[in-house]
Amino acid sequence: MFTTKCFIKKNKIGNFLKHVREHYIRDDISCGIPSCDDCNAEASSHLNEVHLNKCSLFKFEHFIILDTNVILDQMDVLEEPIICNVIILHTVYKEVKHRSLPIYKRLNAVLENPSRHFYIFVNDHHKDTFLPEDKNELINDHNDRCIRKATSWYMGHVPKRHFVLITDDAKNRQLALADNIPTCTITDYVKHLENNSILQDKLSRKDFHSEKEAKDIFPPHLSTAALLKGIKEGVLHQGTFRASKDNFLEGFVSVDGFTEPVLLQGRDGLNRSVDGDIVAVEVFKMENWVSPSEIVLEDEGVSEESIEDVEQKEQALKNTTVQEAEIKPTGRVVGIIRRKWKQYCGIIQGNSEGLYQIFVPANRSIPKVRIETRQAEFLKTQKLIVTIDSWPRSSRYPHGHFVRALGRIGSQDTENEVVLLEHDVPHSQFSEEVLSCLPKLPWIITEEDEKRRVDLRSIDICSVDPPGCTDIDDALHCRLIEEGKLEVGVHIADVSHFIRPGTAIDLEAASRATTVYLVGTRIDMVPGLLSSNLCSLRGGEDRFAFSCIWEMDLQANILSTRFHKSIIKSKSAMTYEEAQLTIDDQTKTDAIAESLRNLNKLAKILKKRRLENGALVLASTEVKILMDSETMEPLDVELKKMYQTNSMVEEFMLLANISVAQKILQEFPDCAMLRRHPTPPASNFDPLVKAGRHLGFDIQVDCGRNLADSLDRAVKPENPYLNTMLRMLATRCMLQAVYFPSGTLQKEDFYHYGLAVPLYTHFTSPIRRYADIIVHRLLAVICGSDSTYPDLLDKQKSSELCQNLNYRNRMAQYAGRASVAFNTHLFFKGKLNDEEGYILYVRKNALQILIPKYGLECTLYLVKKNETTLFEYDEEHQTQRAGDVVFHTFDPVTIRLQLDSSNIQHEKFSVLLVQPAIPGFSVPALSKDDEQVNDAEPVKKGKKRKNIAAKSPKKSKS
Amino acid sequence: MSRNRELISKIGLRLDGRRPDELRRIRCKMGVFSQPDGSAYIEQGLTKVLAAVYGPHQVRSRQKAQHDACIINTQFSMAVFSTNERKKRPRGDRKSTEMSMHLQQALLSVIETDLYPWSQIDVYVEVLHADGGIYPACVNAATLAVIDAGIPIKEYVCACTASLGNNEVPMLDVSHQEEILGGPTLTVAALPMSGKIVLMEMSQRFHLDHLPKVLNKALEGCKDVKAILDEAVKNHVSEIGSATGWANTTS
Repeated sequence: MFTTKCFIKKNKIGNFLKHVREHYIRDDISCGIPSCDDCNAEASSHLNEVHLNKCSLFKFEHFIILDTNVILDQMDVLEEPIICNVIILHTVYKEVKHRSLPIYKRLNAVLENPSRHFYIFVNDHHKDTFLPEDKNELINDHNDRCIRKATSWYMGHVPKRHFVLITDDAKNRQLALADNIPTCTITDYVKHLENNSILQDKLSRKDFHSEKEAKDIFPPHLSTAALLKGIKEGVLHQGTFRASKDNFLEGFVSVDGFTEPVLLQGRDGLNRSVDGDIVAVEVFKMENWVSPSEIVLEDEGVSEESIEDVEQKEQALKNTTVQEAEIKPTGRVVGIIRRKWKQYCGIIQGNSEGLYQIFVPANRSIPKVRIETRQAEFLKTQKLIVTIDSWPRSSRYPHGHFVRALGRIGSQDTENEVVLLEHDVPHSQFSEEVLSCLPKLPWIITEEDEKRRVDLRSIDICSVDPPGCTDIDDALHCRLIEEGKLEVGVHIADVSHFIRPGTAIDLEAASRATTVYLVGTRIDMVPGLLSSNLCSLRGGEDRFAFSCIWEMDLQANILSTRFHKSIIKSKSAMTYEEAQLTIDDQTKTDAIAESLRNLNKLAKILKKRRLENGALVLASTEVKILMDSETMEPLDVELKKMYQTNSMVEEFMLLANISVAQKILQEFPDCAMLRRHPTPPASNFDPLVKAGRHLGFDIQVDCGRNLADSLDRAVKPENPYLNTMLRMLATRCMLQAVYFPSGTLQKEDFYHYGLAVPLYTHFTSPIRRYADIIVHRLLAVICGSDSTYPDLLDKQKSSELCQNLNYRNRMAQYAGRASVAFNTHLFFKGKLNDEEGYILYVRKNALQILIPKYGLECTLYLVKKNETTLFEYDEEHQTQRAGDVVFHTFDPVTIRLQLDSSNIQHEKFSVLLVQPAIPGFSVPALSKDDEQVNDAEPVKKGKKRKNIAAKSPKKSKS
Repeated sequence: MSRNRELISKIGLRLDGRRPDELRRIRCKMGVFSQPDGSAYIEQGLTKVLAAVYGPHQVRSRQKAQHDACIINTQFSMAVFSTNERKKRPRGDRKSTEMSMHLQQALLSVIETDLYPWSQIDVYVEVLHADGGIYPACVNAATLAVIDAGIPIKEYVCACTASLGNNEVPMLDVSHQEEILGGPTLTVAALPMSGKIVLMEMSQRFHLDHLPKVLNKALEGCKDVKAILDEAVKNHVSEIGSATGWANTTS
């Protein structure tokens, strides 16, 4: 059935080793073409002889065979459904996997789509198309030879069909023509297709302007060999390039051997590097080192050709005085080791006509990109995605191509889309396959279910959630079972009953990891039928739950704990406010009210005990944006209100999580999904300790307990907000809490610092977090109501899963914040307000100000360019003084806020000082009349304003 | 890690081009030496093993001698050049000792030991090239060598490995490359005709759901190996037989 051939490989693992691997050559590999009689028709072949490709370049209908370079460079074109019936050779497939994993994944997605008619032909194991490597033959040449061989085999094998080889490699094309193989480049191919205008935009071009002799405006890059040699000899340094956000002609590279990042300045210094690239830099001699310029330079270039304005700006950059103290190692980029080009969101800079347009990315550290498009008029109104293809020496901007349009600029949907894309949140519709896993409606509880679950429908259970919440995943009850003994139950939606391991819905949920909440929308982790209906513990309906039930005495000591699956019927779904009113209203004495009162009493004891153990109370500014339901515009921004009931629910959720964590660790010491919050290194607390010291408080950070105590002591009666601010600072010193499988760490590292508990997990929100589903499954195994499956117990798999969960959670958090920030901006559009704020940090040239009302942070610049400053900076005490006025950290100020909309890409707040008044700097307070919509105010023109325009705050960067 | 886990590609082929249920190529030869009473050479893919059998002969050390059965002495060794990195010592380390014991266990189950009281059979196996599945190759080689020595056995004892590719598909006869990249490996030595398992070893834990299918796959593998060995023995016997004119009388 098969013969073998061995081939020898030389691999380098530390030292040279000879590897010998088998390579079997088979005679049972199908060509995949349905009408072929010689091969067994293979089920996996999607090739179709009805929709053959037509291209006016060739007179016949044909199948396409692709070269590796076409797939690597032109994936955007291949994803278009116009191109179908493509044969991917295994040689090519392997090379794509080896060269670029993201492209490989995208290729797989196309391959799996039956309507695209793609097929993998395993040419390297086929008896007729296998070619042994020749001596002294480069791998590339061998691959090309294999591709040609396979193509000519196909032509001989199925003579009545035609095949076209598409390759961008001129040599390969030449050799193919010599073998009578029809071939062309992808560009020619696309140009001769019908309806090609969209496709042509998506073509990636490496050879722009090769016909025109343009002046080179960048120095050349060194060859790879020269770079490697230079790095080895220590002449050159390798590092990741980070562009400056404020100055497009400046950037930094962190390299080994220098404690400070190396500064790069000017066009020659940056030499076509893009933020994130791994570059090789040459560091200048010490006497040529300069300091980073403080000036803000924006790239105002409008067209490809003119570079005069850049030259002017470079001049300006050189003229900035060198500050001796600030001198940094300086160098220039001599070559790029690896490009880290991604897809970028942005808009078209709408002032040029014709085929070529300049694309302005939303991320300011990315340069503008030149793209070729035939739909410029349409795209000018859109947010779009563009990738970079190349950056030739003669071009001022990198060349790229259009990938797709997201929607109209400024619309809520488009902005949400941008936020989701920038944070890599999977947000496509659920696929048919996923939806087919859902239970059929009407959903009924069978007798079988009733037998396997404890029936708790008679117990008075209620849920307490924020208003408008549709995914209710927790409910509570509390009842007196005997004198001095309470039964407290936490009932969590039984999502794991509906999401079975290994199904499409499970894989989708695992990859999404969490529900993402944006202002006005929610990106569900599981389809809506589950999240807001079958799993949601709605009032008055029978629902499946996973119950955690304690018996407690009146001092909230746990006497016993048990877990089981149950059927519950929530008596009422309340909001925090309603629950609070029920508790406070002494006239209400029904079961629910009594139960809530008892719960509240217990929660207070639990909380007190927790705080005594050293749990931290941290503060953050969480705001809620009230939306107009029709126009979807923000009406008001307000801080979230907190009731006693919030903390009541929280306490019991914490208790349930802790109890479950103990249980699953006990039963699964190797693979329990836990959550830990690492103790931050002491240096993280420096800003907090410093701020405390300036205010006369001694903040102890050696352990959580002391930190909590010293935060409690830091109160000043005249500034009630001070304590909250300190707590906010403390929050920022913390590390992120993460999920992990218990087998991967030492027991001491399981500690949750913020909550001050040795073990913690997430059990209580399975509708919106995937980690909870895993915990539910583990717990279900322990209760005997479910069985294990391999991946649940695999330490490696769990660890990979945790990594994804942690990443997605972090991104979801950032996305939520970005969405709030955008909507806050929207809210301020066209408003001119005086707001009260507090100084969060005192900087050398600015004050960082927090406006608690909106949870907004902004920067008030004190130093104006080219002007002498009124302020004196005291580094030791962290103060700024102007005449009699001294700014300390946490001092209250009043500022005037306005949104500067002159640049739709980067709307930013302009901030002016109102109180305390400093002559020559502050502005008078607005009278009541002024606080109207005031669009006429030309913000940009005022000379003073321009300089103190602040960056938009809270822009979270992925 | 996960990217390397793809042991079976989309098209259903393994890294070396086999399908999941295919063995590697087996080539074997009996009677490769003339000094020992029986010898055999086997290649399973790139794994190459030599086996030699001496005996039955008088017991060397009197203490071990048994009055009702012969003792089987096995020695496993790996040539220093058999692995990618040169080995320090060819035998006597923990792994080799373990291998020897396992080999002895497999052979004890088939050799009719009670026919040779007060005697001893020595089985020496030498791995010339290790490329995964060393133990199965040794068992198979030893079986052939014992047959070549003319020692009566109950039936063939064959061994095979099986593993789990992509965490769901059982695959047979794993190579060294797959051993490194993949999950747990199950080694089974069995009597394929009666279906008895002589020895079973897992390199890591299997999930209970997977074990039966992997085990079945490994047993199937043992049967396939048996068929190949049987063929080789028949060829060998007819070759020798035709030299003495014996083959003509039977046909």
